[in-house]
Amino acid sequence: MRHHLILRVVTKLLIGPIILFALYVQFHGDFSPGGGFQAGVIMAVAFILYGIVFGLEAVQHVFPSWLVHKLMALGVLIFAGTGVASLFLGYDFLDYGAFSPHHPSHGQHWGILAVEFGVLVTVTGVMVAIYYAFAMRRPAISDEEW
Amino acid sequence: MATEHVHVARTLMDHLPVLVVLVPFLAAPLTVLLGSQRLAWPIAFVSSLVSFLISIKLLMQVIDGGVISYHIGGWAPPLGIEYRIDAANAFVLLLVSAIGTIVMPYTVQSIKSEISERHHTLFYTMYLLCFTGLLGVVATGDAFNVFVFLEISSLSTYVLVAMGAKADKRALTAAYDYLIMGTIGATFFVIGIGFLYAGTGTLNMADIAAHISTNGADRTIETAFAFIVVGMGLKVAIYPLHLWLPNAYTYAPSAVTSFLAATATKVAIYVLLRFMFSVFQPDFLFEINALRWIMIPLALVAMFAASLIAVFQSDLKRMLAYSSIAQIGYILLGIGLLSATGLSGAIVHLFNHGITKAALFMGVGALVLRSGSSFYARIEGMGKVMPWTSFAIVIAGLSLIGVPGTAGFISKWVLVQAALEQGWWPIALAVVASSLLAIIYVWRVIEVLYMAQPADPTRREAPLSMLIPLWIMALSTIWFGLDTDMTMSAARAAADGLLNGFSIGGTSVGH
Repeated sequence: MRHHLILRVVTKLLIGPIILFALYVQFHGDFSPGGGFQAGVIMAVAFILYGIVFGLEAVQHVFPSWLVHKLMALGVLIFAGTGVASLFLGYDFLDYGAFSPHHPSHGQHWGILAVEFGVLVTVTGVMVAIYYAFAMRRPAISDEEW
Repeated sequence: MATEHVHVARTLMDHLPVLVVLVPFLAAPLTVLLGSQRLAWPIAFVSSLVSFLISIKLLMQVIDGGVISYHIGGWAPPLGIEYRIDAANAFVLLLVSAIGTIVMPYTVQSIKSEISERHHTLFYTMYLLCFTGLLGVVATGDAFNVFVFLEISSLSTYVLVAMGAKADKRALTAAYDYLIMGTIGATFFVIGIGFLYAGTGTLNMADIAAHISTNGADRTIETAFAFIVVGMGLKVAIYPLHLWLPNAYTYAPSAVTSFLAATATKVAIYVLLRFMFSVFQPDFLFEINALRWIMIPLALVAMFAASLIAVFQSDLKRMLAYSSIAQIGYILLGIGLLSATGLSGAIVHLFNHGITKAALFMGVGALVLRSGSSFYARIEGMGKVMPWTSFAIVIAGLSLIGVPGTAGFISKWVLVQAALEQGWWPIALAVVASSLLAIIYVWRVIEVLYMAQPADPTRREAPLSMLIPLWIMALSTIWFGLDTDMTMSAARAAADGLLNGFSIGGTSVGH
């Protein structure tokens, strides 16, 4: 890809807006179509595009494999942790009313934002992990693998 | 929906139905996040132990016929997801969490030899996810939630089976076969749920049941029934749908096999029971025909054909896998008899066979640790060098046959009673006759273990961390064979609960 100047420049220009758009979809999720899953996929696209154009090593320098794995687990913990927080506040599991007892609908906004953030983190991690798994695959199975 | 209402703070006790699933679920990502091989086991063990203690508490709360209903997110059913604990699922929760906890100390030595080092941390993550999924399937009262948890447990099971690849590469194809079959099963199940939703407009099981009992069943609901039975049949390994089971059990790591054999198929049977008796009414003619003309013949075929195949195996682990298919036949027979006695026989056999098979597969795992393989030729004469392991296998083997004084006898006795109650004495005879086949295959094991010279007399007994869980399971097969109060009363309460179906907003303990 060294000679593809246009591709490299356009990619660098695009990555910022892609991440911004991901965050837009994320935070607009409780008003309009969107939310953590879509945002996570869009966020992962930024890294995957970078990997496709600049190579696997470059993207893994920015976003190493171990971090991807931790993020997958972290997102699940954020989601479940929100539920546990409401549980400790004396409400049912995942009852977002707990975060604003006098205005349950406000609490629901907060709760949904927290949960969707967890989804964003996990989905980004999973999507990038799938890309890494395919991209890092060795061309043929070596003899000792059998 | 933003109405203000006085909120009564919940206490920890009110949260037990969700905590039983939540504790291992939180532990699973935690093991990945910490990424520490040393911390993974303690986290997994403590969280399964907590689930086990919660299950005991839950069973004590509902054994008198009460129902606990827990509303996730504070949304009342049928709109919200409901966790619904009654005697039937509290009993299965107890089985799953007890086996999950007892297998834990056993895994340490077992996976050291059978799973490559870099997978150890992830093994516990997968184990916890599988455990969560199985508990979730049982605890929930929402039909779609069953599917979600079923997928969590199945996907992690495929990975766990594939981890046997260090010892034998065939684990990979076994896991792949299981993946394909399991996914077809799950797809059928979710199609069934879709039809149910189309037919009734709700996903809450109690609400579906209420809808069917007032409006009757139409073609959509009958189709849903067929899809759900076939889909779960694949997971249960009902006779012609069992092809994934022998390889998956044989090539999975021993610790995984002993956990799965005792829990995964049992949970699938629970789902089948829940749908057949609680969601669809048992007096629904279509279902009676399905049970009588499909389930009972298949159960009988399984009892004989799978036992016969087991007799001719030359690998102990594979033999036990085929015997599992036969034992599932007994459970299905109990269900097919369509009476309270038959159903409680099925439920008690589900429990008794679970502990028996867990003990046997643990014994096999200990033999594999010392001899490297479970082929009869490789474990000849192990009775002399590994007396404790071998004797535990013999005790559990007796329970598999159904010798009086062991757990296996109790459940077969109840099944025979149930068959005689309806005057179906040929079926009672069939139960006894297929037990004779079990004598043959268990005797072959005893012959191999005790009546040959040990190939290598320098082998040592298995480590204590494996022997103690093995003996806990072996002794509990005797304990539940002599003291049947707990198992039989729980099974009766479960059977009554299932046959009476749901009533929305019924008696509620909890809150």
